[in-house]
Amino acid sequence: MHRYLAGDEDRRKILAAVGAASVEELFASIPAELRCGPLELPPARSEEEVRQEFWRLAGRNLAPDCTACFMGAGVYRHLTPALADALIQRGEFFTAYTPYQPEVSQGTLQAIFEFQTFVCQLTGMEIANASLYDGATAAVEAVLMAHRILPARRRVVLAGALHPEHVAVLTTYCEPQGIAVHRVPPGAGGRVDREALAAAVAEDVAAVVVQSPNALGVVEDLAAVAAAARAVKAMAVQVVCEATSLGLLTPGGELGFDVVCGDLQAFGIPPAFGGPHLGFFATRQEYLRQLPGRLCGETVDVDGRPGFVLTLSTREQHIRRAKATSNICTNHGLMALYVTIVLSLLGKKGVREVAMASHATAEYLKATLGSPGSGVTLAYPDSPTYNEFLVVYPEPDELLRRLAGEGVLGGVSTTRWGGALPRGILIAATERNTRGECDRLLDGIRRLA
Amino acid sequence: MNGARGRARREGVIFERSSPGRVGYQLPPLEVPPVEVTRTLAGVALRGEIEELPEVSEVDVLRHFHRLSQLNYSVDEGLYPLGSCTMKYNPRLNEELARLPGLAQLHPLQPEEQVQGALELMWELEQALVAITGMARVTLQPAAGAHGELTGMLMVRAACLDRNSPRSTVLIPDSAHGTNPATAVFAGFKVVEIASTSAGTLDLHALARHLEGGDVAALMVTVPNTLGVFEPEIARAAAMLHERGAFLYIDGANLNAFVGIAQPGAMGADVMHINLHKTFSTPHGGGGPGAGPVAVSQALVEYLPVPTVERTGDRLTLSYDRPKSIGKVRGFYGNFGMLVRALAYIRSLGRDGLKAMAEGAVLNANYIRKGLEEDYHLPYPGSSLHEVVFDDSRQAAHGVKNVDIAKRLLDYGFHPPTMSFPLIVHGALMIEPTESDGVEELDAFIAAMRQIAQECRENPELVRGAPYTTPVRRLDEVRAARSPVLRWRRNPR
Repeated sequence: MHRYLAGDEDRRKILAAVGAASVEELFASIPAELRCGPLELPPARSEEEVRQEFWRLAGRNLAPDCTACFMGAGVYRHLTPALADALIQRGEFFTAYTPYQPEVSQGTLQAIFEFQTFVCQLTGMEIANASLYDGATAAVEAVLMAHRILPARRRVVLAGALHPEHVAVLTTYCEPQGIAVHRVPPGAGGRVDREALAAAVAEDVAAVVVQSPNALGVVEDLAAVAAAARAVKAMAVQVVCEATSLGLLTPGGELGFDVVCGDLQAFGIPPAFGGPHLGFFATRQEYLRQLPGRLCGETVDVDGRPGFVLTLSTREQHIRRAKATSNICTNHGLMALYVTIVLSLLGKKGVREVAMASHATAEYLKATLGSPGSGVTLAYPDSPTYNEFLVVYPEPDELLRRLAGEGVLGGVSTTRWGGALPRGILIAATERNTRGECDRLLDGIRRLA
Repeated sequence: MNGARGRARREGVIFERSSPGRVGYQLPPLEVPPVEVTRTLAGVALRGEIEELPEVSEVDVLRHFHRLSQLNYSVDEGLYPLGSCTMKYNPRLNEELARLPGLAQLHPLQPEEQVQGALELMWELEQALVAITGMARVTLQPAAGAHGELTGMLMVRAACLDRNSPRSTVLIPDSAHGTNPATAVFAGFKVVEIASTSAGTLDLHALARHLEGGDVAALMVTVPNTLGVFEPEIARAAAMLHERGAFLYIDGANLNAFVGIAQPGAMGADVMHINLHKTFSTPHGGGGPGAGPVAVSQALVEYLPVPTVERTGDRLTLSYDRPKSIGKVRGFYGNFGMLVRALAYIRSLGRDGLKAMAEGAVLNANYIRKGLEEDYHLPYPGSSLHEVVFDDSRQAAHGVKNVDIAKRLLDYGFHPPTMSFPLIVHGALMIEPTESDGVEELDAFIAAMRQIAQECRENPELVRGAPYTTPVRRLDEVRAARSPVLRWRRNPR
């Protein structure tokens, strides 16, 4: 028998106990015409054989950790503390399920409570849920919540440069709900065009969504966007793809926004070719009962001992079914635990220091790339950026290929999104990029561009 | 879980451990010139340090989360028979492989030539899931089962519109999981519930009646259903739906019961999501991340989300060339880390091991059924596969409800069964042991359940007051909902 399963003697005992002559008998309820023959799959393999196959697959990839990597565009390489991964590998955490039985799930529940607290602190908001899938679906949930709160309004305005993946996912979800997606392209500096935004918003708009820092790396004028939303009593939504920016930039929660949501991957979650990452969602107390996803709250047990439970579940699918605030069931609990641990390790000083170091490193690159003879041009030299910026270059994929040949992953080409973003390269820096790596990138661009 | 120690010592929240000057990290020295943010970010609203964030050392963090972990019950500790959740063993090899730098550190926007291995892995997983389900193709993009459901129903919707046959109704049996109706609504449909037959299965007469109007886009049905009962007429139902231009959605939550035995493709399914965190052992993680790939029949292939992975010889590509695609349902390509684990599991078990897995799940569930049927009432006595649903009607005669039985089970060191559904069983105890354990563990569970049944007869008060030995006892959920405290504050209001 296979190493993950019980043995032949177990089978004999069970068959004897249930009075069946064969295992086959237990499947008698499945009609013969629906049965299949042996699956077209390889036979069982030993641990060592499986390991060899996956080493081969991993070996066909270029792991950015072996190179100088300046890729971002929604997925960032920040520090990954050894302790965070060690702790989430405790079986008590990762082999448990959603804490339906709070008496034996206080570890998971308290971690969620701490996570909700961290998200509120980062976003300047009053309440936060227990996590969502990723940044794109978090933006979707914000729009759907706005639509629940303002059901007569059937339009959502996307202000300025949103991540193209987010726009694609929003479009997928909004269409069946009858919500029209109205895009207001960024203005000259890569920022929201205030006049165009003012012209686009009206009383039929449920939400104004802005990403900051935006998909071009530019830090948005959040107060202006909030004011534009407020003028028509629409919900103002900030999406954050680079969450470490919250260590430096004032969050929407302190600038009149109704929702701050996005992805917390930047706090050390490995890129993992796109997932699992960690969606988050924070809003104001008044929208508590419209919130999507799970919530953990504090309470006491029959002996008066403090403890935690999943709460306000009357919003959720397992109670409300067709009337639920979201169809979401499970969330990204283990990733939330991971980020809770990272944020604990970083703490008050570290959250700030990571943001400052990332910003300073990007500014170092910008200073050189913005000078004559650098080989490229800054797309928005006069606009504020956090740790990512766009350089204009006619053949970005070719330049990146040449840089990769020298062991430098120089950024993300915008050509993959068609004309959604100006043609060039998004370059992101974090505290993990050394000055030596930066200089290799700068030197490479100067020679190869 | 170490209940005794947990009760002796409460672990406060991490913020309460804070002490000025402690840090749990160190960055490399900053070699680039420092910047003056009031200059580089002139005109931007900036914040200082976030005062409420904790200041703790690395050891503080270790102790805190280690202690929290000890308050949890987990699959590693013992039987976790939560029905429909398939809480099986999570092999450690899969964890090791998902962390290989050549997989875990890949950026999703690296050029294709740098990520051929990742794309090959996705291709191989799709091929394996096609082999298992007998369907035409699979998207790996959805991040969870419910997300897969939505993706599937969006494809159904797109197909109806594409055929110039817009439809607004989705049929769902009353035994369904709550995500099914919620999903249908978020995909833009209205839900009509179908009452199950007295055997707990799909009522074909009711199905025929509902199909008459021509407004039905799909039937969403779980196979085997939430009672663990195989739908004997599933192929007939598929034919009836197809005749009316409607689709069959099979909820794959219970796929663990029949891998290698039968294929949804042969049942006539048009679309089915697969919970990798159930059947294919990716860890439940205390509530995600999961992964919910969706398998489709040829009829829905052109509506799959983009991108798909395509293979030409040795060369793998991400293709966006799918004009009728529903688009994207999340960023990038899915929970790749979960895909790695699932493929490792499929490779480890292989053709025969996967079938033996399903057999083991069904054997174990029937063993528990046999062991408990004298003490607990079986509302639907037909044969069942990987899970068995009892109810609490015998115990209710002594004033004990399913939730009391569940809490008492905690004192005996087991996680309780599922109780929140199926809604057609009042006081449900839905037990799914999975294939992971041998008879000793099952015997211990049966003995505990029988002991509780005896307590219900002889000392129901004892059961109603349970649990007694857990880190906390029954929690006041009404208080939690009535005056919600959802975050820590230094100075509570």
